Amino acid sequence: MAEYMILLFDDEAAWAAASPEEYDRMLKAHGRFQEQCVELGGKIVNSNALQPTSTATSVRGDVVTDGPFAETKEALGGYYLVEAADLDQALAIAKLVPVLKGGVEVRPIMVF
Amino acid sequence: MTPDRRARRDAPPDPGLARHDPDPSEAAAAEARDAVADAHRREWAYVLAATARVAGDLDLAEECVQDAYLAALDAWTKQGVPNSPGAWLTTTARRRALDICRRQRTLRDKLPLLIDPEPANEGLDSSFAPPDPFAALGACLASAGSAPPVPDDRLRLIFTCCHPALAPEAQIALTLRLVCGLTTPQIAQAFLVSEATMAARVTRAKKKIAAARIPYRVPEATELPDRLRAVLAVIHLVYTTGHTDPTGTDLMQRDLVACAIDLARMLRVLMPDEREVRGLLALMLLTDSRTRARTDEQGRLVLLEYQDRGLWNREQIEEGMSLIPQALRGGRPGRYALQAAIAALHAEAKTYQETDWPQIVELYDVLMRVWPSPVVALNRAAARSMVYGAEAALAEIAELEQHGFGGAGRSTGLAGYRYLPAAKADLLRRLGRTDEAVAEYRAALSLTEGGAEREFLLRKLRELGAEERLGDSADSYEE
Repeated sequence: MAEYMILLFDDEAAWAAASPEEYDRMLKAHGRFQEQCVELGGKIVNSNALQPTSTATSVRGDVVTDGPFAETKEALGGYYLVEAADLDQALAIAKLVPVLKGGVEVRPIMVF
Repeated sequence: MTPDRRARRDAPPDPGLARHDPDPSEAAAAEARDAVADAHRREWAYVLAATARVAGDLDLAEECVQDAYLAALDAWTKQGVPNSPGAWLTTTARRRALDICRRQRTLRDKLPLLIDPEPANEGLDSSFAPPDPFAALGACLASAGSAPPVPDDRLRLIFTCCHPALAPEAQIALTLRLVCGLTTPQIAQAFLVSEATMAARVTRAKKKIAAARIPYRVPEATELPDRLRAVLAVIHLVYTTGHTDPTGTDLMQRDLVACAIDLARMLRVLMPDEREVRGLLALMLLTDSRTRARTDEQGRLVLLEYQDRGLWNREQIEEGMSLIPQALRGGRPGRYALQAAIAALHAEAKTYQETDWPQIVELYDVLMRVWPSPVVALNRAAARSMVYGAEAALAEIAELEQHGFGGAGRSTGLAGYRYLPAAKADLLRRLGRTDEAVAEYRAALSLTEGGAEREFLLRKLRELGAEERLGDSADSYEE
């Protein structure tokens, strides 16, 4: 088994505009995803959602600035750290991650 | 890895080496050289795929296979060419891989190639499986001489090379390098990039295979259609890259065509039930059959309409045609089978005019549903012009330009498609609308960079009595 970080990139404006019902629907979808992940033979090691980039603070050298490190239309909004047998299994899991408008990036964890 | 090894890995087996051998018989050396060259072309993928399974690492496998080919030159000169060169090379390469693995136990920690354990395979497969990768070593060495490699190892290799997680250009580079055995300088030359760029591309792809754990296996049935499509797309692109420059002077381009056809033949043997594999092989054979007629003595492009059909390669045509019935049968045919069927109708026709155009139009209609794309839309319009006239075809193109094409919710336009003005120009020329034709040929010229295609458009302009006024860029194409 190997560990992969699934990074969720989504449209923050869409999240901000989401109705309470939609919000609830997404939360439930994530709950379902966690079950599906296990059914596919994977394991969620850790996961978190992040506050929007409007709350982010960046530090470069000594300089502290308001905002995310890189401005992008679809911002990093959360992650799943999963365990999977190989990239194919990790991708099968990643395809099921619920997002509003964006997508996910799968990165293998470096093994030292 | 030591630097000298790295340098040697990029060099093809040097036929000249055998000449420095003190062994007297020049004939034996020549025979060995030929056999090694032949085995390089025929058996490379087979040997590498089987070695990768033991080495557990593509880099190491490649190095060991390269060494085995070098060793073969010497051994076959002295002892004669073995009955089964592929088995000899496989055994030698695998022994070497096992030797190195044994010496560098640290290799285990180096993110090895991910190989499925398959207990059915006499312990060979488990030789690299944790917890003790070397438990089966003895059995493996003992059987290495006799046991044939698992038949689908080459399939694993090609599916790994064409994994969708790799960039398309990396898929092509890896396939040519690992499955066809081309060297990095050869591939760089064919794709017009520097050797350093191509080497970096290959290295990066291999690193990703190991680090992201792209598995060394044939995809499961549910994924197979998509994954096979990717493999076929790579093979087709290798072919078109070789085929597009029709000057025929560049040997490398012919090598690419040969590689693509070899790959499709290999897949056909390994996946005999896949209809699109047949379709693609048929399409490439039928297209390739016209190679000698595609250019004239001056190396200029000759369109299908004006080709000397006596120059077409009948052997390739027959082989291509024999594949088509089964490629079309059983459900909706795929794009390659349909394109091959269209190519077959051209191959059968005595002249351009006597071609079965109505059937070609029908096939394009089906193809348009299977694979809606600008190239199909334009080719269909050209075929329709042979049945319904140039006027009708022009109207159809105008309609496509305005409303696009494609299924529901998926509309694709023709705007900016580089073959669009050339297609329109040809129809206008046939209708005698010379001024408009000239304008379209000029538009086509401005979108075209390739030498032979530019030359063709310039020739068309001259035939219409139009002087080319593009200035500098046209100078090099003067006769």
